[in-house]
Amino acid sequence: MLRALLLTLSVVAISHAELCKPDAQNAFKVRISIKTALGDNAYAWDANEEYLFKAMVAFAMRRYSSKSTTQISNVLLCNVTDRVSFWFVVTDSSKNVTTVPGSEVEAAIRMNRNRINNAFLLSDKTLQFLKITSTLSPPVEPSTPVWLIVFGVVLCLIVAGIVFLVVSGIQKHKKKNKESTERENLEEKVEVTLENGIPCEALDLKAGHINGVFAADDERFTSL
Amino acid sequence: LSATPEIPKEDGRPKWDNKFQYILSCIGFAVGLGNVWRFPYLCQIHGGGAFLIPYFIALLFEGIPLLHLELALGQYLRKGSIGAWNTISPYLGGVGVGSWMVSVLVSLYYNTVLTWVMWYFINSFQEPLPWSVCPLNENRTGFNEECYESTPVNYFWYRKTLNITPNIAESGTLQWWLILCLAACWAIVYLCTIRGIETTGKAIYVTAIFPYLVLTIFLIQGLTLPGATEGLIYLFTPNLNTLKNPRVWLDAATQIFFSLSLAFGGLIAFASYNPTKNDCEKDAVTVAIVNSMTSLYASIPVFSVLGFKATTAYWDCLDRNIISIINEFDLPEESIMRQNYTSWISFLNSSYPEKIAGLKLKSCDLQEFLDQSVSGTGLAFIVFTQAIILMPGSQAWAILFFIMLFSLGLSSMFGNIEGVFTPLLELQIIPKSAPKELLSGIICLISFLIALCFTLGSGSYWIDIFDRYAGSVPLLVIAFFEVIGVVYIYKIKRFSKDVEWMTGRKLNLYWQIAWRFISPLLLLIVFMAFVTLQMQKPPSYTAWNPKYEGFPMKEEKVYPPWVQAICVLLAALPCMCVPLVALFHLVKQKRRSKDPSFVPPEVFSCQGANS
Repeated sequence: MLRALLLTLSVVAISHAELCKPDAQNAFKVRISIKTALGDNAYAWDANEEYLFKAMVAFAMRRYSSKSTTQISNVLLCNVTDRVSFWFVVTDSSKNVTTVPGSEVEAAIRMNRNRINNAFLLSDKTLQFLKITSTLSPPVEPSTPVWLIVFGVVLCLIVAGIVFLVVSGIQKHKKKNKESTERENLEEKVEVTLENGIPCEALDLKAGHINGVFAADDERFTSL
Repeated sequence: LSATPEIPKEDGRPKWDNKFQYILSCIGFAVGLGNVWRFPYLCQIHGGGAFLIPYFIALLFEGIPLLHLELALGQYLRKGSIGAWNTISPYLGGVGVGSWMVSVLVSLYYNTVLTWVMWYFINSFQEPLPWSVCPLNENRTGFNEECYESTPVNYFWYRKTLNITPNIAESGTLQWWLILCLAACWAIVYLCTIRGIETTGKAIYVTAIFPYLVLTIFLIQGLTLPGATEGLIYLFTPNLNTLKNPRVWLDAATQIFFSLSLAFGGLIAFASYNPTKNDCEKDAVTVAIVNSMTSLYASIPVFSVLGFKATTAYWDCLDRNIISIINEFDLPEESIMRQNYTSWISFLNSSYPEKIAGLKLKSCDLQEFLDQSVSGTGLAFIVFTQAIILMPGSQAWAILFFIMLFSLGLSSMFGNIEGVFTPLLELQIIPKSAPKELLSGIICLISFLIALCFTLGSGSYWIDIFDRYAGSVPLLVIAFFEVIGVVYIYKIKRFSKDVEWMTGRKLNLYWQIAWRFISPLLLLIVFMAFVTLQMQKPPSYTAWNPKYEGFPMKEEKVYPPWVQAICVLLAALPCMCVPLVALFHLVKQKRRSKDPSFVPPEVFSCQGANS
């Protein structure tokens, strides 16, 4: 009994070793950069993290194929290095000692990439599945480009400034014209006021002022 | 005919609100984009601190004397460039017409550069900055190919801003976004120059002082960046060997000349609004020294940022190599750091040479990154924008930087427009009853319509041509005739008396010697050397061609013959004004002397004393 158990275990171990090795068929290399992503909050990569990884891959396979046959024990990890990089492969328990085709695994991981990243607090760059390219998220485009809005604001300010200056210029021009006509009238009055050095108030404009010196020569002048 | 001292009468000519406004306008005109993106570059390629020697010699013997000459001329004759030169002698009227023409040509393309600055400014309000990421291609499988092969910054400049064509013969289409920005820029210029110096005098308080504030902020920020000291050491380390190269002296002379914006007629126009009893000698020295100090002051933040950029690029290079090595050898993270990189590399190279060779590691050399020198639009729109992405809070830095560039350019535009506006106002193109606002509006509208050519796909190639040919050789010729005209035709004795009357003290021997001999000689030498250097090889340009094999390197191309003809025309037309106008007056004089009934008017009229 014990021998049979040992034999099956060793067969399983050997087959596992054959299934999961670098560059094996349907195997993927994973590279994790925890210190780059988290800096001082970095956690150590140990057996528990490996367990979580197996669980996430199994979860991804279950979600993708929607059949609940993939177990954590189906996911095999090997060649774990200090870099933290390792190879993994997903076995198919229904078929004997075979691996799930790489395309299926790839599609499953792609579909659930976000969930897997978040479980480890990493991103597409720090949790790399070599050979599985990540889909690029399209940049967020607002309905009106931002620059057009800023341009509109700037242009409104400029046009307001121009209109203000032109209108104030026209007003100043009108005021200057009015002022210059007023000043002309005022200057005439000033001239009249100072005629011959005699202020008009002293002169009686209606009656006239008779100059006594010339009174005698009155008959020589034509009467007004 | 010597000047008779007279009480300055109210001739209705606009005047500056105060002396400070006038000085600030001259400084704003002189300090422009070239102080930020040409002087630091020249310092860098011509031996760092050693470049300051030819620079200050050129300032002393060429810059300050010519500046004083222009300011004194404008202040005494109280006319714009065309009027002033007509007053000196009708035969020299061509000098004024030539400067007016150069001001027109330069205004056209200078405002288009400001259009690009405005475009970058309004794009700086986005998160992330549009020149930091590549757009995706049509089927969203990867990035846009042109962007991917060059850099996002290059892509944004050449494709999203200019939409540049692969060569100058292909005009491409008008870029609507650039047209919008061009309209806005000309509207701003109209807003500020609407009533001549009445409005520019107010605007200059902001546009001339603001750049200094921003430069100071960038200085403080730049000095705190990692790698700033490397950049500054690289910039200022003097290499006296470069002084043996005559090219260095030529570059110093031309830089001083173009930096002070001489021979545009704008300085004459500014000075003509001054009261005649004003110390123009002190003004000239002040403006010239402030301009040079600004160039030096601006080069410090520029080189701190460039040093930061080079250091970051160097670190990126190292980091990429480290990652490749770590991934290849499956070493734990952070086992190789930048500090022990070299020791690791030598160790691995000795133990696993084939593996290392297989990785194809790039050699990372900080000196190489620092050596990548750029000037002009490349510095502002490619190198600096890339450095801004790396700074924390990039939007704020980008906005500040582009507003600073815009104010620097705008204050120079005021001088250019004044050089166009004042002579036209005096020639009374529009009736006197019409408001000034109309003339400035017409100038801005016509300039906007002509400048639409620069918004074509090939627009930036044309701006390079205008910059190289219209804004260089004609200025040297006009300045030469300015000095010769004042010293030998107006006569230096008469001019000295005029300046003495204005400043209130006798003219120093330095000015006499500089004006009589040194400046004309220097201008002649610079002009000959400049033309000789241009003639040495056929005029060529570098084009951005995505289909070029060496892409992302720019393709070197020769100008087609019709473009070369335009280059020659641009350089020759303002220069030809000088002899043409003189010839015109000579013919007119000969015709009048042949007509016995006509009494010839006095050529050297009394207009000077009466204006």
